[in-house]
Amino acid sequence: MTRMRRFCRAFAAELVTAFALTTTYRAELLLWALSGTLPIILMGVWSEAARTGEMPYSPAEMARYFVAVLFVRQMTFVWVIWEFEEQVVSGTLSHALLRPIDPVWNYVANHLAERIVRLPIVFGLVGLCFALYPSAIFVPSPSAIALTILAVLASFTVRFALQYTFAMMCFATERASSVEGLSFAAFVFLSGMLAPLDLYPSWVATLAGWTPFPYLIYVPARILIGEPVAIWHSFGVLTGWAVLLIVTQRCLWWWGLNRYTGMGA
Amino acid sequence: MRRALAMMALFWSTSIAAELEYRANFTFSILSSAINLFTGVFTLALFFRHGAALGGWSWAEAVVVLGMFTILQGVAAAFFQPNLNRIVDHVRQGTLDFVLLKPIDTQFWLSTRRLSPWGLPDIALGSAMAAYGVGTAPVTALAVIMALACFVCSVAILYSIWFMMATTTVWFVQVSNVTEVLRALLDAGRFPIDAFPAGTYRFIFTFVVPVAFMTSVPAHALLGKGSLLSLVFAVAIAIALLLASRAWFRYALRDYTSASS
Repeated sequence: MTRMRRFCRAFAAELVTAFALTTTYRAELLLWALSGTLPIILMGVWSEAARTGEMPYSPAEMARYFVAVLFVRQMTFVWVIWEFEEQVVSGTLSHALLRPIDPVWNYVANHLAERIVRLPIVFGLVGLCFALYPSAIFVPSPSAIALTILAVLASFTVRFALQYTFAMMCFATERASSVEGLSFAAFVFLSGMLAPLDLYPSWVATLAGWTPFPYLIYVPARILIGEPVAIWHSFGVLTGWAVLLIVTQRCLWWWGLNRYTGMGA
Repeated sequence: MRRALAMMALFWSTSIAAELEYRANFTFSILSSAINLFTGVFTLALFFRHGAALGGWSWAEAVVVLGMFTILQGVAAAFFQPNLNRIVDHVRQGTLDFVLLKPIDTQFWLSTRRLSPWGLPDIALGSAMAAYGVGTAPVTALAVIMALACFVCSVAILYSIWFMMATTTVWFVQVSNVTEVLRALLDAGRFPIDAFPAGTYRFIFTFVVPVAFMTSVPAHALLGKGSLLSLVFAVAIAIALLLASRAWFRYALRDYTSASS
């Protein structure tokens, strides 16, 4: 019990400092949010394509899909590997290790605080999309909203666990983020960020199903716009990936910590 | 001029020597380039699979645009990112002082000091794509020259905008990532400008962030459809922006306070 209380107090402290830090750098945050606007670009091309080609989507539905993608993508941004790489290479991870709480909670707190400050910007961007495509305006049902929140949380957890697992490579090489670059390329391709996955040839869609990626963007986006989704299956897969990645990450963490020399600190 | 070239050769050979310390990185960056390229081609194919018109550009022509985009991305990764994104650090740490003291043009030093070889695979792959897109269509020497001229302009345009954005850090140290926004908007250059809906989109990507001049115009020229008028436009914009970046930098330096040095 006391351990739990100690943890809660430490994590609360992490959250408060993270929030203060994020609000200080809010201009930077605004620009990060703006740099995640690829869905808005694709929204233009794809809805124009839906107008001229034969697709199961109307231009308005297509625009709606990309608005949902924009929202989910913005809410599941993860950058922990760069933060971690910096700390390992410069040796400042040593300071983080001295805290009375595992360093992972510091990164989690940073991401959570950032999300809260980012939310109004995301709504602004969504508003901008609706201004571009008034026909795409929609109001999600309460159940869709509730499920979207759960799906975004699950998607964020898996994204974070995946990237934090790759971050453990920092203990072996100085440039672990290039591994993340590779994984990100696969993520972009298979997550439904470039196009709704049901437009993909079926073999690619099947292949994507074997990775966690479609469940990170495509599924939450579809839930948000009220398209049919295999809910139980999707949440089951997300939970499975989350557990698998967290266990792997913990094993690698203890392996890496034994190798860590604190060089430079 | 000869001195500048000699300096550049020296800068780049030391940069390459430094970067080659990270050889495993090279494998990953080639793999990432290959996946990105595949993703780009795949997305284009998706449009044609579903009968989208892409503003009247054929499959092969759209591939040329994507090729131009890939080359431009390679140029950005090789030359702009490693140099221009470092300006903010020089401002923040005050090390710009040392650069200002060097007996060499500051803007030149800031823009050419480093070369990242990791951008080179994209340049090669992009050129191959453009060649594939042109295919067996007869290419006149004039078209190639026009395309090259247009492409040089597009590099100059991108450089100037990037440099000016990076220089704003003299006033706003907080916006160290301002160039990321530019990089994100650049993604619009994957598609022919006519693939965007008429109105806001085309206006923004032609006049605000002139992505149209960076990929569609050189691609058009290479396909032998370029007009002298658009070349003249591109040259005019490029020269105007280059001069503006020069003036902008001088202006920014007046407010440089050399913090913490």
